[in-house]
Amino acid sequence: MSVLPVVTDPPAAAAAPPAVGDAGLIRRVWRDRNGAVALVVTGLLIVVALLGVTGLLPHDPIAQAPADRLQGPSGTYWFGTDQFGRDIAARVAVGVWTSLRVAVVSVAIAAFIGSILGISAGFFRGWLDQVVSRFVDILFAFPAILLALAVVSALGNGWQNTAIAIAVVYTPIFARVSRGPTLSVGASEYVKAQRVLGIPPWRILLRHILPNVSAPIVVQITLALSWAILTESSLSFLGLGTQPPTASLGLMVADARDTVATAWWTLTFPALAIIVAVIALNLLGDGLRSALDPRRSGQ
Amino acid sequence: MLSWRWFVARIGGAVITLIGVTVVVFIVLRTIPGNAITASLGIESGTLTPAQKASLEHFYGIDKPWVAQLWTWITGALSGNLGISLTSGKTVSSLLRTALPVTVELAVLAAMIGTAAGLLLGVLAGSRPGKVGDSATQGFALLGLAIPEFVLGTAVVAILAQAFHYFPDTGTFVPLTQSVSGNLSQVLYPALVLAVAFAANVMRTTRSEYVEMAGADYVRTAEGKGLRPFRVRSAHILRNAMIPIVTLTGIQFGYLLGGTVIVEQIFALPGLGRLLFTSISNRDYPVVQACVLVIAVLFVVVNLAVDLLYRVIDPRTRAS
Repeated sequence: MSVLPVVTDPPAAAAAPPAVGDAGLIRRVWRDRNGAVALVVTGLLIVVALLGVTGLLPHDPIAQAPADRLQGPSGTYWFGTDQFGRDIAARVAVGVWTSLRVAVVSVAIAAFIGSILGISAGFFRGWLDQVVSRFVDILFAFPAILLALAVVSALGNGWQNTAIAIAVVYTPIFARVSRGPTLSVGASEYVKAQRVLGIPPWRILLRHILPNVSAPIVVQITLALSWAILTESSLSFLGLGTQPPTASLGLMVADARDTVATAWWTLTFPALAIIVAVIALNLLGDGLRSALDPRRSGQ
Repeated sequence: MLSWRWFVARIGGAVITLIGVTVVVFIVLRTIPGNAITASLGIESGTLTPAQKASLEHFYGIDKPWVAQLWTWITGALSGNLGISLTSGKTVSSLLRTALPVTVELAVLAAMIGTAAGLLLGVLAGSRPGKVGDSATQGFALLGLAIPEFVLGTAVVAILAQAFHYFPDTGTFVPLTQSVSGNLSQVLYPALVLAVAFAANVMRTTRSEYVEMAGADYVRTAEGKGLRPFRVRSAHILRNAMIPIVTLTGIQFGYLLGGTVIVEQIFALPGLGRLLFTSISNRDYPVVQACVLVIAVLFVVVNLAVDLLYRVIDPRTRAS
């Protein structure tokens, strides 16, 4: 696994960044060429996933048709069939659903817990900061895939456990990403002034810290989603994630090892689905980053 | 010079992290269903009489409280005794001695290829931003980061099998000391697979640093003085761009040491990742524990080295 995505360049704290809830945000991402592509592709992926899970596609993803095994792409089977005669298009669609579901759930958990940890550590400092920072250091000492692997083998298979494992890996990243800006905003003159004025901490947190910290967190969420998809499919590839016969992109690639020599489509389509999803979410993250960056908002 | 206080504090932090890692691994392993007895005897463990079970628990030391077990393990590990594998009966340290060099070699080779390719492409892209070459390299980087290792590995194995009738050798691993060509034929392809994402990361950082440094005032001054372009590039732009690149390369290398599981699995290399993977599925606690600790130690040490190196190349960071 490569380096985990950590936003090291949070928008300057003092200048008010465009608010995350701002409706203009999506429009600003849309105006960027890469951002527009990313939005369209992400939308398409969601549609594909929904088609897969609702069974609206012509073929059943699990039903085997031995007579039709290893058929090439055609009008009947758009992406061909696998070694059991199952429709690869339907399986890819369900696989996208499986990946997205794990990614969304895991990143939601990680972003929620991680941000709370990071923001409280950065705001209240003291022993809390020490404990959180040490905890983050410890989790960072494990390579991501290894940590996920260990957690999954402790919890057992199943998509919920995969999601928990990935959440464990990403929680420290969100803690780190949200702690930095909290520290710098917390140390700023106007926050100090508010403290002196006796404004309750929760109000300072809500009114001043959160808006400043939300930008890097939102960017980190899209990047984490793309890495979560990679991790989910890697775990499934190793046989530790989604279990057969449920379709998952990683499992499909693993199965394709035996058939790819004679049937290229068994590897190509699930692999493409993963790559497209990862690229789209990465570009979306880049687009959000520049849209949320106050230094570039004049452009 | 480097301040001793900083150095001692940094090492102290690293040691605390490693103790934390040990405790976390210990707790995670104890929450996995099954124990040493079921791991070594399999389903036969169900036929044990309570007396047999108790004596086996005593033999494996798992009848003692967790804290005592943890203490025994830590003191053992410090004196070089990492325990005995439950499934193979070999000592854990002998298993590590054969597995570690494979992974280190793989990671070093991948890092070398990745750094060289990444630097070259990064400078190429950064020196003409916005041009065709720049977009092409950027596209490569994006793709390189998005293709999962297991997809690339599977594709490489498939292509090699088709074109050269090469199949990953599940038999014996040829160490570098025995035959260089024999060893490389086993390690080179997996290293190339790992090098792709590595190169993509190095390339991205190199490019953005290069573009940023090339626009700096001192670069204009150097050009204005009439220095040869090569000298401006190497001494002024690259030297300053090097600092984040070194950091990134170091951190990436640290991750690589523990992130070879998938590639080792695909290419059937008997490295640390594969050892860890098989011992996790076999519930071979002593091996898992030792592997994870070794990987974490390597990672922490590499990071420490990067921090040190960082202070050596950039004198400005020494002051703080």
